[in-house]
Amino acid sequence: MMKQLLGATAAIALMSSPAFAESIKIGFVTTLTTGAAIIGVDQRKAVDLAVEHIGGKMGALDVEIVYEDDEFNPQKGKQKTEKLVKADDVDIVAGYIWSHVLLASAPVVLNADKILISANAGPSPLAGKNCNANFFNVSWQNDQTPMALGEVLNQRGIDSLYVIAPNYAAGKDMVAGVERTFKGNVVGKDMTTWPTQIDWSAEFTKVKAAKPGAVFTFYPGKHGPAFLKQYAQAGLSDVPLYSVYTLDSLSLPRLQQAKMDGVLGTTMTQFWSPDIDNAQNKRFVDDFKAKHGSYPSFYAAQAYDSIFLIKSAVEATGGKVGDIDAMRAALKKADFASVRGDFRFGNNHFPIQNFYSREVVADADGKWTTKLSGVALKDHQDVYAKDCKM
Amino acid sequence: MDLTFFAEQLLNGVQLGILLFLLAAGLTLVFGIMDLVNLAHGSIYMVGAFIAATLTLWTDSFIIGLLLALPLTLAFGMVLEIVALRTLYARGHMDQVLATFGLILFLNELVRVIWGPAGLAIPLPAFLDGSISLPLGIVYPTYRMFIILIGIAVAVGLYWLVAKTRLGMLIRAGASNRTMVGALGVNVRLLFTAVFGLGAMLAGLGGMLIAPINQAQIGMGEDILILAFVVIVIGGIGSIRGAFIAALLAGVIDTMGRAFLDVALLTFLQANAAETAGPALSSMLIYILMAAILFFRPQGLFPPRGG
Repeated sequence: MMKQLLGATAAIALMSSPAFAESIKIGFVTTLTTGAAIIGVDQRKAVDLAVEHIGGKMGALDVEIVYEDDEFNPQKGKQKTEKLVKADDVDIVAGYIWSHVLLASAPVVLNADKILISANAGPSPLAGKNCNANFFNVSWQNDQTPMALGEVLNQRGIDSLYVIAPNYAAGKDMVAGVERTFKGNVVGKDMTTWPTQIDWSAEFTKVKAAKPGAVFTFYPGKHGPAFLKQYAQAGLSDVPLYSVYTLDSLSLPRLQQAKMDGVLGTTMTQFWSPDIDNAQNKRFVDDFKAKHGSYPSFYAAQAYDSIFLIKSAVEATGGKVGDIDAMRAALKKADFASVRGDFRFGNNHFPIQNFYSREVVADADGKWTTKLSGVALKDHQDVYAKDCKM
Repeated sequence: MDLTFFAEQLLNGVQLGILLFLLAAGLTLVFGIMDLVNLAHGSIYMVGAFIAATLTLWTDSFIIGLLLALPLTLAFGMVLEIVALRTLYARGHMDQVLATFGLILFLNELVRVIWGPAGLAIPLPAFLDGSISLPLGIVYPTYRMFIILIGIAVAVGLYWLVAKTRLGMLIRAGASNRTMVGALGVNVRLLFTAVFGLGAMLAGLGGMLIAPINQAQIGMGEDILILAFVVIVIGGIGSIRGAFIAALLAGVIDTMGRAFLDVALLTFLQANAAETAGPALSSMLIYILMAAILFFRPQGLFPPRGG
């Protein structure tokens, strides 16, 4: 009985399989549980919105998205990627917030000769020596944002800087990035124990004694709001604060709830901002806000872009998703309206794009958001591209 | 050395120490008197922070939120003791570690279900938001001063409770010899529930005080729990006085390490090496202190007399 049933199901599956040719299946790996879920949920909202905006179609193909949760864990991320590639047999794998998850998962996709699109993580190996023809990054390389910040400090004539950042790989990279472009003096540097240290009273007292022209910091996740609150409480509000990846649309509502007015007016750098003036971005931000009541984060903007990038390639190849060479060539053109405005892919398939300085402001409704305040780097390519032999 | 700078760092250290004391006081009572290894003590610290943050947002006043959250955390601790922990007293330490580790996972998930994954941020009341000027030209954040004063008040209150009241006498007796106290007709069950509730309330108070600085976060207790264990080992398990002095010692040493070690290392190391070694070494200082004290005084600085 059981065997017959199985046989019948298999027959039905076989019969219906031609129908799958009419659709494109995209696997999207992000973080939907753990404390970091807030980022993944934001990305999922953006992907859903993008699919809605394209009417669920790429050319003649129906779009099918399979979400997977990496649980903020490289091992889990790799398992889920294997499931997408082998069991679901998706056409394209996209997503990935975390560099370590992406580095663990990338070989699974690339060895199966499928297209992989990162909607956030931009680790240096994949930009440099280990670049791959099937890998595209629709966000940025990790070093670019702090390099842009160093340039903003130069533009503003700041000659002394105090650095406080966590003592782990990304923290060191961010500090190195700023130091690469900043021309003034670093008068003090504290690398704090990560992730256990969540109190900076000793460091702030040192800042007060050093009297720097500005403070640079990088604290992602739950550390960011805590750092900013303590910074204001320590009476340092007269020392301008510059940050990368510390303040975003996900943390600002919570800081506003806590009435952290010291955050207003602080500067950061980014490749995108909700107020970049183009039709695509306006539609994205307005509809996202209407639907969810909050500003989209840059994570969401990248996820939104990744869907439109895929759509451009599907349409250019006339829906021949299986033709990997044609897909690759079409993706490489980045021929779509990005929410950040125009950009192009470099030899390593990372974007060559502008980086902007943004300031935290209250919008017309009093809601905290970020506003463009200038161009920090123009048409910038990451420094690892030269190590990529493509 | 700049005296003002040194004094401010000393205050920073004391403030961190006070926070550790609030957590360690309950831990040392529960471990010392009830012989229960409670890994979930940090989760109570988290629950206290979330309750206080919620009440603060509802009532729009941090002080009212704090005052309402204290009895609630006390009740939460007592219910936890009656429902989950009571059955563990007769078991070995390994069983207790396993069960209370399970409690950590359970409480973290419970908080996620109730409050969501994002955590809660609350504002400081206006009169605590700012800085006060002290002698020597020290300018210190008012709220951190507030934490120090509350901590000292709690320490004095606990001293009075333990040294001068009947309940305190029973607690001390329980620390020395549980069986004898029970044999003398004291309701040990009730005493344990009360002690556990008291410890929970103190841990909760620590969480409440830190909420406006950091925000209430899932898993916030695990970060600080290890330090609290170090403190009770240094102070002598079961001793409130030991916990107080060890907590201050740990707070000041940790802060001073972060404040001065990298500069001190610069005198005989390259800038790059000092930058890396400084934070690594300063985060080890407390553990080095614990190892040294365990070597010379395995029972801790102030072991409770008797038992």
